[in-house]
Amino acid sequence: MSVNAATGPARPSRSALRALIISEGKLAWREPVGLVLGVGVPVILLVIFGISSGFQKRIVSTNPTTYRTLYVPILMGLVLVLIALISLPIPIVVQRERKFLRRLSTTPIAPLWLLAAQVAVNLVLALVAMVLIVAGSAAFFGVHAPSQVPGFILAALLATACLFALGLVIAAVAPSERAAGAIGSALLFPLMFFAGLWQPSQAVTPSAMHTISNLTPLGAAVHAMLRSMQGTFPTIGSLAVMAAWVAVFGIAAVRLFRWE
Amino acid sequence: MLRATANPVDRRGVATGGLPTRTAAERAHRVVEVASLRKAYGTTVAVEDVSFAIDEGEIFGILGPNGAGKTTTVECLSGLRVPDSGTVRVLGLDPQHSRHAVRESVGVQLQEGSMPPKLTVRELLDLFASFYTDPLDAGELLALLGLTAKRDDYYKGLSGGQKQRLSIALALIGDPKVAILDELTTGLDPLARRETWSLIEGVRDRGVTIVLVTHFMDEAERLCDRIALIDSGRVIAIDTPAGLAEREGGGNHMRFHPSRPFDDALLTALPEVDRLEHEGDRIVVSGNGDLLNAVISALATAGTEAKDVQLESATLEDAFIRLTGHPSGNSDEGGER
Repeated sequence: MSVNAATGPARPSRSALRALIISEGKLAWREPVGLVLGVGVPVILLVIFGISSGFQKRIVSTNPTTYRTLYVPILMGLVLVLIALISLPIPIVVQRERKFLRRLSTTPIAPLWLLAAQVAVNLVLALVAMVLIVAGSAAFFGVHAPSQVPGFILAALLATACLFALGLVIAAVAPSERAAGAIGSALLFPLMFFAGLWQPSQAVTPSAMHTISNLTPLGAAVHAMLRSMQGTFPTIGSLAVMAAWVAVFGIAAVRLFRWE
Repeated sequence: MLRATANPVDRRGVATGGLPTRTAAERAHRVVEVASLRKAYGTTVAVEDVSFAIDEGEIFGILGPNGAGKTTTVECLSGLRVPDSGTVRVLGLDPQHSRHAVRESVGVQLQEGSMPPKLTVRELLDLFASFYTDPLDAGELLALLGLTAKRDDYYKGLSGGQKQRLSIALALIGDPKVAILDELTTGLDPLARRETWSLIEGVRDRGVTIVLVTHFMDEAERLCDRIALIDSGRVIAIDTPAGLAEREGGGNHMRFHPSRPFDDALLTALPEVDRLEHEGDRIVVSGNGDLLNAVISALATAGTEAKDVQLESATLEDAFIRLTGHPSGNSDEGGER
């Protein structure tokens, strides 16, 4: 389609962007799928951590890391994936299906602003979720808050960036809400598998799986966040892997995005 | 009759060849100009050759069967689509090159699409108001469109007519000089349609030029000052609704039972009568001018009376069928482009 909604001098109007963020925020609050995923899921999983004694064990006897400590970054990864792959793209796809993006492109603002507003709303959600996980695991289960704060923030930001970019790729290619949901769920499992949701030990024991895992967006993210929680700066390798995925997904999203 | 209505057509004209000779005053009042517009999607030519000009304060109808190219034409006006060739000027600006300026002064109501279901009427108006430099007052607009009582209702809870009125409000919130309304009353019940029509007249009275896309004859007949009849991507005629209706042999029809038989030549000799047909024992006379009086006095001279007289004026529907060669009734609502 030859709708060139995103081109041209779309004069960025601050009040328009603010109004869009507010209305997307209201929609997120009134149709709280993202809220349930982003805030409900971490709370439930944290409670499970807390009451299950198995999580207090060490993963391997030679390493002081307990399952509980390891599962904190995995949980962070899971929550970021849920927000980025479900909560972020679905409203965009729905509003495109509804031709709301098209309607916006007949106004002086560019529909790109709606994407920006969606990203902003989900960033807030991601921030709330991360704070809940860090604070909750530190307050109730004695998991130390990340001691390498700049490293942790950098790792979390890169993880968020590459997962959000992936979410925008889904928003770009999914023809319908149902398709977006299906693609998101289908990607969730391999992403979480390599993040160690089912085999957390791969994050600490060197193996071929460990190497592959560290090349995936979420494997690298969990690795980087775990290191910074344990007090060391994330490896350049894991940060570089995430940065590369940001570029790949970002370019794909921009190339593939359809406004109608 | 034709002569009376032909005049404005010639003056406003389809032909773009006359453009350079326009006076400055005429140019100032011409808000939309489309010349030799063409747009294809792949191998499908949606708009072949469309030209028209719209003056300030007009309600200009774009009428045609589904798939005629009406929507594509107005999408080129609002800048949603890039024409393959031809020129489009809205308020003297090219919608592609002056995107921002055109969008500030053109309000659009799209044929399909909906708003986020869980935003209220007032929230939607405020959101759209934030897109424009100098928007109208949302409260006044709600009052104008009779939506004040619904201001705190979610979009999803509105009736079809209310949604339609809201979408008109959203097209007007930026205080546009031109409003493009596409298939305004499709899906509305008869009462809601009539209410919407009065509303549109009210909007025009505020000085907004209105481009109305429709495939409803009654809507075009009731609302439009002039109509461009489009079929298969081409303009077939531009005229007032009455002018179109009387084109090419359209006119009045008179049906009656004669009190006793008479010679057809009695009536066919009249200058007002073009045609005479027998429908059983009824006579149908078609013609122009003061058909009724001419027929009745001619019959009187022959000692005959006309009983059960029915008089039908030429309708746009007739003209539409004559000019496009097919009926306007369409079940295929979704096939429009």
